[in-house]
Amino acid sequence: MLRDDLRCLWYIALKDLRAYYFKPPNISWGILFPFAFVLAFAIRNPGDLRTLIPGLLALTLLFGTTSMEAIVIVFERRLGSLERLLLAPVRLPALLAGKLLGGMVFGLTVTLVVLVIVLAVFGAGSVNWLLLALALLLAAAAFSALGALVSVAVKEVFEAQTLANFIRFPMMFLGGVFVPVASLPPVLQIVARLLPLTYAVEALRVALFGGSPALAALDLLALAGFTAVLFWLAARVLAQRVA
Amino acid sequence: MSDVIQVAGLTKTYATDKGRPPLVAVAGIDFVVREGEVFGFLGPNGAGKTTTIRMLTGLARPTSGGARVMGLDLAADLPRIKKQIGVVPEASNLYDELTALDNLVFAMQLYGVPRVERRPRAEALLARFRLGEKRDAPFAKLSRGMKRVLTIAAGLAHRPPLLFLDEPTTGLDVMSARNLRGMIAALRDEGVTIFLTTHYLEEAERLCDRIAVIVKGRIVALDTVAGLKAAAPGRTAVEVTYAGADGDVATRRIETDDVATAVQAALAEAGDRRVLAVNTVRPTLEDVFVGLTGLGAEAMLAEKGGKGGGNAAG
Repeated sequence: MLRDDLRCLWYIALKDLRAYYFKPPNISWGILFPFAFVLAFAIRNPGDLRTLIPGLLALTLLFGTTSMEAIVIVFERRLGSLERLLLAPVRLPALLAGKLLGGMVFGLTVTLVVLVIVLAVFGAGSVNWLLLALALLLAAAAFSALGALVSVAVKEVFEAQTLANFIRFPMMFLGGVFVPVASLPPVLQIVARLLPLTYAVEALRVALFGGSPALAALDLLALAGFTAVLFWLAARVLAQRVA
Repeated sequence: MSDVIQVAGLTKTYATDKGRPPLVAVAGIDFVVREGEVFGFLGPNGAGKTTTIRMLTGLARPTSGGARVMGLDLAADLPRIKKQIGVVPEASNLYDELTALDNLVFAMQLYGVPRVERRPRAEALLARFRLGEKRDAPFAKLSRGMKRVLTIAAGLAHRPPLLFLDEPTTGLDVMSARNLRGMIAALRDEGVTIFLTTHYLEEAERLCDRIAVIVKGRIVALDTVAGLKAAAPGRTAVEVTYAGADGDVATRRIETDDVATAVQAALAEAGDRRVLAVNTVRPTLEDVFVGLTGLGAEAMLAEKGGKGGGNAAG
């Protein structure tokens, strides 16, 4: 049973990557969009561009994972092809995990491209590679689970895009990408602590520039928590939708 | 011959608006499907055909009752059942972005077909279903008939002993539908048990060993085609067509339980006029269906809103 689940999970992710993710418009959107935002901010507020790197990486990961993940399930449900997966010998959580894995792999791939560019321009310095890898991995999982929840919560593709943007854009401005969370008004700081992007940016900042290991550990824990909760919610909603 | 499907009291109800009674889609049906047969499930739109398939394949949970599929309990052994059944839904639902070959390979990946067997088996399926030239064409670029055939091929990719076919020829042109019927017959000859829903009466008559007629969620008849016809309202008729004295053509119809006597009587009645044809007209499956449902073949087609494979001649 577990073997069937793992096999299906893997092939569902591979199929999604081939069929939906690795298409030129997705790749260019995934890489260019965060660059454009950060560049616009840097031009408006010139300073040390290095401080924007964690935000740039987190933003790339957020948009890379959720751009397709947020629509892929509702898209397949509309076309009827999700039914093929429901008929296969795979349990629903494994099916959903396959969808998540596709989003994660794509998000991590475009983020690695951005990371290579950034390191080539600014140098590696004192990067904590292990923490960097863990932060990227857990953030990708959390963002992908968020995308999956959006995708199962709606009935139409356009609703998924609207809802995803409704969540992503406020998160982008509150999550410490452009402005440190500590400089936000107290109420917004509380809101920021409810967003996975905040923890991703914070963990990436520690990984790239150093900082409190305890803080980074808490960030990783928070990202793991977001992943678990969002995945559980998505699985529940999907089960209700297909019942 | 063992039973591959045993259904007992299978029921599905859907909640409706507050204050209204629940909608009963399937109302406690019982039947068995025997190994190696084509079992037809016939009924008008909304009769409960697709809901029954959805329950038997794990896509919908029965409200009450149950079933055993391939000897396994539907409620307890669904994952093991899924490995042994192929399902071809009414809509051709493969992946537009994948090629014909890749769609089949993906179907095999899901069911754990060993890696070395996937491509040769996919190539063989494409050849068998006359899609070899389209192996590298994306599903989206195939004609409707080809999509339908490829969807059936995907349902067979893991070589299931039991295949569910939901309205397989709906929307197909006459030739595609005819080819598909030939393929279904060939599968039966190979020993695949087929659970077939269709609203084409001639198709059911041509392909099915036994037919269940479902109306408003209840099975109102279940028998072989011959058995259903034998129980049909109306009698066998003998029609004798002969040339009249002034060159015109006349037909005499005699309804009877004794065909031989009726033919003799009709011939005697013709006297010295030249007999052009003698036909025995037996009740058709349509007569049976009309008697059971109040709907005829035309009404069935109109309900479905399509013609396509409706002409089962050939």
